Amino acid sequence: MNKELQHLSERVSKGLMTRREFVGRAAALGVTAAVANTMLAGAAKAAGPVAGGDFKMGVQGGESTNSQDPATWSSDVPIAGGRHWGEPLVEVGPDGNLSGLVAESFEGSSDAKTWRFKVRQGIEFSNGKTVTAEDVMRTMERHTNEDSKSGALGIVQGIESMRTDGDVFELTLGVGNADMPYLMADYHLMIQPDGGFDNPGAAIGTGAYTLEADEPGVRQLYKRRDNYWGGDQSTTGHYDSSEIIVLNDATARTAALQSGQVDAINRVEPKIAKLLDRAPTLSVRNVSGRGHYVFIMHIDTAPFDNNELRLALKYAINRQEMVDKILQGYGGIGNDMPINAAYPLFDSSIPQREFDLAKAAEHYKKSGHDGSPIILRTADGAFPGAVDAAALFQQSAQAAGIPLEIKREPNDGYWSEVWNAQPFCASYWGGRPVQDQMYTTAYLSTADWNDTRFKRPEFDDMLMTARAELDNSKRKALYSKMGAMLRDEGGLILPMFNDFIDAVSNKVQGYEGDPNGPQMNWYAFKKTWKA
Amino acid sequence: MVHPIVKLVTQRLALGLLLLFAASILIFAGTTILPGDVAQQILGQSATPESLANLREELGLNDPPLTRYFNWLGGVLQGDLGTALTNGRDIADSLAARLKNTMFLAFWAAVIAVPLAILLGLLAVRFKDRWPDKLISGVTLATISIPEFMIGYVLIYWVAIRMGVFSSVAIVNDSMSLGAKLNAIAIPVMVLTLVVLAHMMRMTRAAILNVMQSAYIETAELKGLRALTVIRKHAFPNAIAPIVNVVMLNLAYLVVGVVVVEVVFAYPGMGQYLVDHVSKRDVPVVQACGLIFAAVYIGLNLVADIVSILANPRLRHPK
Repeated sequence: MNKELQHLSERVSKGLMTRREFVGRAAALGVTAAVANTMLAGAAKAAGPVAGGDFKMGVQGGESTNSQDPATWSSDVPIAGGRHWGEPLVEVGPDGNLSGLVAESFEGSSDAKTWRFKVRQGIEFSNGKTVTAEDVMRTMERHTNEDSKSGALGIVQGIESMRTDGDVFELTLGVGNADMPYLMADYHLMIQPDGGFDNPGAAIGTGAYTLEADEPGVRQLYKRRDNYWGGDQSTTGHYDSSEIIVLNDATARTAALQSGQVDAINRVEPKIAKLLDRAPTLSVRNVSGRGHYVFIMHIDTAPFDNNELRLALKYAINRQEMVDKILQGYGGIGNDMPINAAYPLFDSSIPQREFDLAKAAEHYKKSGHDGSPIILRTADGAFPGAVDAAALFQQSAQAAGIPLEIKREPNDGYWSEVWNAQPFCASYWGGRPVQDQMYTTAYLSTADWNDTRFKRPEFDDMLMTARAELDNSKRKALYSKMGAMLRDEGGLILPMFNDFIDAVSNKVQGYEGDPNGPQMNWYAFKKTWKA
Repeated sequence: MVHPIVKLVTQRLALGLLLLFAASILIFAGTTILPGDVAQQILGQSATPESLANLREELGLNDPPLTRYFNWLGGVLQGDLGTALTNGRDIADSLAARLKNTMFLAFWAAVIAVPLAILLGLLAVRFKDRWPDKLISGVTLATISIPEFMIGYVLIYWVAIRMGVFSSVAIVNDSMSLGAKLNAIAIPVMVLTLVVLAHMMRMTRAAILNVMQSAYIETAELKGLRALTVIRKHAFPNAIAPIVNVVMLNLAYLVVGVVVVEVVFAYPGMGQYLVDHVSKRDVPVVQACGLIFAAVYIGLNLVADIVSILANPRLRHPK
C-alpha cells in the first residue's frame, strides 16, 4: 500500500477524516472505490477494535407476530436477533468459506453421505449448561420431526439417520451431498439445549449475547455475556449491548439513522441511496448478493407450456433498463438462471441473454400464440419496484408484438393466493449459499417451492450427481449444464440480481459487505465496533 | 320517583352495552368469513393434511360458529382473550402493553389538542371575520387536509434531523423515564394535534356562533360585558353539547385511527399490532383488538351523550 494512502486510512480509523473524503483522495491517487473500501477496513482492523458501547440497528422486517423459536423465523428481525443469542454448527464467511461455530471441525466420508461434526469442547449455553453432541442431535431432531413446522425442514429432510459418538455428532444422508456443511449454517438451525424441545422460544444458545428485552414487532435488546467461547469483548462481540429496533417504514428508517437514533439500517431504498450517501454522518454500503427479482411462468400451464413463447418473453425484457431504473444501478443483470458470480463454481462462460426485440418477435411468431392477452400478476410487495418493473416489461414486450397485460394484486395474500398458484407472476428469491441448495429449493421436480413447475428428470439426475460429486471441476461442469438448461428451457425470467443496500453511521468501524446477507450477514453487531 | 337524568343515563348505558354486544357479533362474523382457512394460514406451505386436521381440532374450528362464538364471548367476559396463534403469547398481556402505549399517546395528544382547539375556536369567534379568525381557520384547515404521514415526515425532517431536537423514532418502553417517553412521543403528538385540531376548532366556532345569535347574548352585550366574557360566560356553556360530541369523536380517532402515525414513528401501539395480526390471519388477536376498539368508540360516545344530557338545563331541572 502506498504510504500516503496508508496514512490517510489511519486518519479515517481515528475518526479524523470521513470515509467519503478518503475514497475521494484515493481516487485522486488512482485507486478504485472498491479497493479503497477494502483498504479502509484493513486500516480499521489494524487500529484495533474497541470494546464497549451500544449498537443500535434499525431493521425492516419485523412483526408483532414474531417469536424467538428459530423454527418459525422467516423475516429479517428474528433472523438478526437470533444471531445474537444463538449459533448454528458452522457459518459461511464473506469469502464463501465455512468456519466452525458450535462445531470445532467437520469432515465428510468419501461418498459425501456421512458427515461428522466435532462439537467444540467446554463451551456453554447462556444458561450455564455445557454443550454436548446430544444437544446438537436433539436440535436436528426438532427440525426434522414429523410434525415440525420448521422453515429448515426442506434442508434437513435428506438426513437418514443421526447419532452421537462422544463429542461428535454424525449424520448420514440418503443421497451424498458435498455441500452438507453449508446447509448446517442455516439460521433456523441454532443449537439449543436439548434441541429446544421444552421451550423453543427461550432464546438460550451459545451466542455472544443474551436476550434482555423482547417486544415482538417493536425491539429486541441484547447484553454481552461473560462466558462466550469466542473470547472477550476485545476479540469479538465488542459492544456492551446491541439493540434491534423494528423500523418497517423506509422513511422512518433513514430518518432514524440520519438523526443518530440508530447506528445502522438495512434495506435502503435504491431510489434514495445516492442521495442518502451525501449525508455527512453516514455511508451507504452495498454488496452484490445472490438475491434476485423474477417473473415466473408455470411451464405446465398454457400458454407457458410452449418454450417458444417463453423464449419470446425472455428476449423481450430489457435487463439493463431494469437494473438502471428499478435498482438505480444497485444490482446486476440476470441471465434467466438463479445463479450468478456470487456463487461458488459459477460458470461465467454461459452467454448472457441480450435484449433483442427481433428475436422476441420471431419466437413469438413461432409459438403460434393466438394473440390473447398474457396476464402478468404483480404487487408492490412482490419485490420493491415490482409494479414498475412489470410496466417496463409490458412496454418492451409490446414493442415485440407480445400482448402482455398487467394485473395488479393486493399485497395481502399475495404469497398464498398468487405466488406458486397463478401461472405468471412477479416474485423474488433471497438466494442460497450454494448452487445445490438454490436448485434443490426451487427447481427440483419434487420441490415444494418449484414455482415454475420445472420438472425434468435429466435435471434432477444432474443435480443428484453434482451433489455427491467431490471433484469440483466435474461439479462445475454439471452446474454449468444445469444453468444453461434452465436459461433456455425454464419458466424463469430473471432480469436482475439485487444488491443488499445498508447504511451505516461513520461512528461504526469494521463494517465489510457480506454477499450472504445484509448487515454483514447480520453479524454486524458482533464484528463491528465504535471508534 | 327516579330523577329523569338518572333514567336517561341508565338508558344510555344499557344501549351502549347492547351496542357492544352487537359489535362483538359483527366482529366475530367478520373474522369468520375472512377468506382463507386459519389453520392453513398458520401452517403455511409446509402444511400436511394431518397437521391441518390436528390444528383445526386444536383450535376448535370444527365446532359450529355459534358454539365458537359463545365460547369466545364466555372467555372474553372472564377476561380471557386467548393466546395468539402466531407466537403463542397471551393476548391479554401483549394487548395490555400496546393499549397502554396507545392511551399514553392519545392522552398527551388530547391534553394539548383539546384545550388548544377550544381556545382557538373561542378566539376565532371573538375576532370573527377578521384576520385572526382567517389565520386560525386557514392554518388548521391546511393541516387537516395534508395526509398525516406527510406532516409526520416533514416534522421528522425539520425537527428531528435538521434541528436535532426530539426523536424521530417514538419507541417507548417501561424502562424509560416519563421525560424520556415524552421526548420520544413529542413529534407524533404534534402530528396528531395538527390532524385533529381543525375539526374541533371549527365545531367550537360554529356552535358558539350559533349561540351568539340568541337574544340573551345581545342583552349581555348591551349590559356592556367584554366580548370574551360574553363568549366565555354566556355562549360557551350553552354550546357545550356539540363541542363535547366532536371532541369525543376526535378522542376516539386518537385511540383507534392512528395506525399511519404509528408506522411512521414506529410507535408500539394497538394499530400496528392489529395490522400485523390481520395479515397473518391471527383471528383471536384481531377479534380482541376489534372488541377493544369498539368498546373505546362506544364508551367515548356514551360519555359525549351523557355530558350533553347533563349540560342541558332543561333536563337537569325538570318542572
